[in-house]
Amino acid sequence: MTLSARARLLLRLATFGGLAVIYVPLLVVLVNSFNPSKTFGWPPSGFTTQWWSRAASNPGAREALLTSVEIALAATALALVLGSMAAFAVARYRWFGRETVSFLVVLPIALPGIVTGIALNSAFSAGGVALGFLTVVVGHATFCIVVVYNNVLARLRRTGTTLEEASADLGASTLQTFLHVTFPQLRGALLAGGLLAFALSFDEIVVTQFTISAGLQTLPIWIFANLFRPNQAPVVNVVAAALVVASVIPVYLANRLSEGNGGGRL
Amino acid sequence: MSQPAGATTPVVSLRGLRKEFPGVGGGARVVAVDGVDLDIAEGEFVTLLGPSGSGKTTVLRMIAGFETPSGGQVLLRGADVTRTAPFERDVNTVFQDYALFPHMTVLQNVEYGLRVKKVPRVQRRERALEALAGVRLEGMEKRAPGQLSGGQRQRVALARALVNRPSVLLLDEPLGALDLKLREQMQVELKQIQREVGITFVFVTHDQEEALTMSDRIVVFNRGRVDQVGSPAEIYEHPRTTFVAGFVGTSNLLHAKASEALLGEAGLFSVRPEKIRLLADGEDPVTGETVAPAVVEEVVYAGATTRIVARLDAGDSLVVQRQNQRTSSLDTEGLRGARVRLAWSREHASRLPDDDG
Repeated sequence: MTLSARARLLLRLATFGGLAVIYVPLLVVLVNSFNPSKTFGWPPSGFTTQWWSRAASNPGAREALLTSVEIALAATALALVLGSMAAFAVARYRWFGRETVSFLVVLPIALPGIVTGIALNSAFSAGGVALGFLTVVVGHATFCIVVVYNNVLARLRRTGTTLEEASADLGASTLQTFLHVTFPQLRGALLAGGLLAFALSFDEIVVTQFTISAGLQTLPIWIFANLFRPNQAPVVNVVAAALVVASVIPVYLANRLSEGNGGGRL
Repeated sequence: MSQPAGATTPVVSLRGLRKEFPGVGGGARVVAVDGVDLDIAEGEFVTLLGPSGSGKTTVLRMIAGFETPSGGQVLLRGADVTRTAPFERDVNTVFQDYALFPHMTVLQNVEYGLRVKKVPRVQRRERALEALAGVRLEGMEKRAPGQLSGGQRQRVALARALVNRPSVLLLDEPLGALDLKLREQMQVELKQIQREVGITFVFVTHDQEEALTMSDRIVVFNRGRVDQVGSPAEIYEHPRTTFVAGFVGTSNLLHAKASEALLGEAGLFSVRPEKIRLLADGEDPVTGETVAPAVVEEVVYAGATTRIVARLDAGDSLVVQRQNQRTSSLDTEGLRGARVRLAWSREHASRLPDDDG
């Protein structure tokens, strides 16, 4: 398709405009975390790291960060096990209801968080399960499983079963085949899926609200709670900036891993 | 099982082998292999030949153990392995797409079979290097499969299988992905390697020329059944069914009307194009030759040969293939539409069963 010079210019402007809308505010958050003015006067009147040191020593933020990391790790671990098992079942075997299960596994990522949240909340209270750390992990796992499942399923479909057949043909037992052939092939997909799952869980807020106990706070919930306290504003800003950086890294890595051709290079 | 293993026990025996697959979307079951009996002797190069969907690959996969037969038996050196897992069978496979492990080097790929069988490191290194030398890949040990050409990958796959010294090597269209030149070269090499190692090869292909060049014996598959088993010459010169006559070489058929008029015997006959010659004006046929007056419909010059399509006065069209020993394209130009006499030795007309295919 050939475009006129005018059309090309317009498209370029639209692209940069769109990206600017997303990334300029993130940049402002980052810059403001070093802004000495408590009211974030623009342009920044100087450069300071005092908000960062205050945030680092803020007990609420530190505790919330720890909780978030723990929940994200647990949800990711759960998702890795269950997601890849589901992917194996769907990719490698034919059974009654396969298509339906495949659809049901993926659905939670499309469901509004508020629906998942309400549903889990009422299910937990109906079942007499006390809200707490584990209920949040389960809530996050519902959508974390999807990204692991999708990554592993795509890899399994692409590699097919020939390599496993070749391994069995050369005398490897089922366990040996899994260790030497299947797992190395999946390593990239598991890493990519795991990183995405971690990132999803780490900044989740809606499902968390409905599944967490009163005494527990994840980082996003802590931010939400402190956002409108004027005293805390600079610290919230620092935490947000840190979150931006922390989310970019796993997503960037996951992206590179899914692009790589085969798990061979990992 | 009680059969003693001896020199006369076939390496591979298939007894009434059958395989059905469930139909797509709840459709009728598909019979892929429908009662195959076959004995393969020690050191033989046997080719399973047939079009796609004829069941040849499924038979190979049942010998390897990747598919469980719906009926019948697979015996390896007399022992029933019908339900034995692939990793417990003394056979190795060269896959169509090679199936090299992408995360391992060439050497690690070749060592794999020995490694999982816990052969000591020094010994397996030695055997792997020897196998790589056998396929002329010295110096490539450290490469990744992705860095090799198609022909080289093919050889790694071969070395990876042969290093285990299996009773039988199964090859599933191993040359299909190579270009024509390389394929012809690999045909010769494969044959050479087979002679050197003395291992039984079971080779699957849909390429009749490949089958004719490489095999000691050819098994022609047609819709899940074996149509004919024989040496390349037997298969080519004396096809036993219309399908074999058509699939191997050019199908040149005489139906009842023409055969009655020309051969004095009503039936279906096959005559290979290169067995037919054009009689020169006033030339007498040799004793035992069948002569058929005809009109030339088409002349195709193909470099080494010229193909002439002639319509017989008695009915049916035959293709005649003529070596361009002295002729050139110029001589054939005037032939179209000309009245000619075709002649072939009576023995070159093979009778086919009437009611088949």
